[in-house]
Amino acid sequence: MKLDFSVVWNNLPILFDGMQLSLVLTALALSGGILLGAILAVLRLSPLRPVAWFAAGYVNTFRSIPLILVLFWFYFLVPLIIGRPVGPFYAALIAFVLFEAAYYCEIIRAGIQGIPRGQRAAALATGMTQAQVMRHVVLPQAFRNMTPVMLTQAIILFQDTSLVYVVTLYDFMTSAAIVAQRDLAIVEVYIFAACVYFCICFTASRLVGWFKSRVEVSR
Amino acid sequence: MIAVQQVSKWYGDTRVLNGCSTTIAKGEVVVVCGPSGSGKSTLIKCINGLEPFQQGRILVDNISVGDRATNLPKLRARVGMVFQDFQLYPHKTVLDNITLAPIQVAKRDKTEAEVAAMKLLTRVDLEEHARKYPAQLSGGQQQRVAIARALAMNPIAMLFDEPTSALDPEMITEVLDVMIKLAEDGMTMIVVTHEMGFARRVAHRVVFMDMGEIVEDRPTTDFFEGAVSERATRFLSKILQH
Ligand SMILES: Nc1ncnc2c1ncn2[C@@H]1O[C@H](COP(=O)(O)OP(=O)(O)OP(=O)(O)O)[C@@H](O)[C@H]1O
Ligand SMILES: [Mg+2]
Repeated sequence: MKLDFSVVWNNLPILFDGMQLSLVLTALALSGGILLGAILAVLRLSPLRPVAWFAAGYVNTFRSIPLILVLFWFYFLVPLIIGRPVGPFYAALIAFVLFEAAYYCEIIRAGIQGIPRGQRAAALATGMTQAQVMRHVVLPQAFRNMTPVMLTQAIILFQDTSLVYVVTLYDFMTSAAIVAQRDLAIVEVYIFAACVYFCICFTASRLVGWFKSRVEVSR
Repeated sequence: MIAVQQVSKWYGDTRVLNGCSTTIAKGEVVVVCGPSGSGKSTLIKCINGLEPFQQGRILVDNISVGDRATNLPKLRARVGMVFQDFQLYPHKTVLDNITLAPIQVAKRDKTEAEVAAMKLLTRVDLEEHARKYPAQLSGGQQQRVAIARALAMNPIAMLFDEPTSALDPEMITEVLDVMIKLAEDGMTMIVVTHEMGFARRVAHRVVFMDMGEIVEDRPTTDFFEGAVSERATRFLSKILQH
């Protein structure tokens, strides 16, 4: 069998558009997920029971539903409920944000709880208010400790964006599949796709490793 | 300056402080000792309001700590505290550890706070380590930074909770030396410690606690040479063996 990679070269624009969608979706879902996740984490740690229960209920619900179902739900059911279409991109974005927020909530909560009580006591003892202690002592350390886990979750998110084919979006993987079948170059295109995913995710996980070693040094 | 009046505290059903009373005058150095679990840490945490208490009254510079209306952050800013395990902020440099509260709480200008911090670092003999992170310092150096951090708010009194018991023996002296200098400069200090040499040398009074009660509260020489209760004698003979 002879491999002919010119098919990849000839279809670069399509693949590039797909990659762009994957990256944009990842970036937006990541920011939204972290923001909503941080809010949920604060709610989960709230001394007000009903508030904490609400956040816990949210997290447990989303963590027990497969992502693909959440995607379907927002694409097919939400338009029925609100009476107008939301468009595949926004449906996918909302689904990803809500889904990822559940995971980021748990990561952030664990990060905050992982800061020793003594740190808070020491900061309070210098006259800082609870809010100042959070802002200057607890959160910076928590986020620094969380960075590796957050990046790992971001890599999973990036790979999960390939699920958007179910709502008719063309991400990188979907574009690759289309090209592969149309031009009968399955092996070449899938080898190329695998290499691209490997390069991106490998670089990202090296970054995770680098952050981890940095966190350990300054402990 | 500090008055503790009939203070009792419970954790759930267990009483950990039982009617504790004592007063500390301005410039006085008081050493608090007693067996593990006797309530020493709890007592000094009550003094700056880090722990609430259910009965009695604590006055710091005539401000009632337990009062709901008291602005606790403001009160704590005036009382320095040093912990057994240092608790420096690991994500900040030595200099930033010291200037955080002066800048954020006392709203001091950054350069001014840094100049003051460098003076304090010179005082604890660590000026060349200002740009390092806590993890790069030895335990004794970290504890001296912690003392400088507490002093940065110009406190009217300092609380120490076993400041040398997490240190290797060869580092204890460098921390005690800083504390001795501080005492000689007239700082009001409450020091929970089992360093009896330090107590003999600088303490004006020794408070002995057992099971949440203040059992002895006497002038230092009196405590070491006079007749003390059986509980205190037993405690002293135990720790002086080492
Ligand atoms: N957060 C808490 N919840 C319940 N009990 C506590 C708590 N903190 C302390 N205690 C109890 O209160 C008592 C007094 O504790 P404290 O830490 O004040 O003792 P200590 O004299 O400082 O002892 P050590 O020499 O070991 O530091 C102990 O019996 C301890 O078990
Ligand atoms: Mg203690």
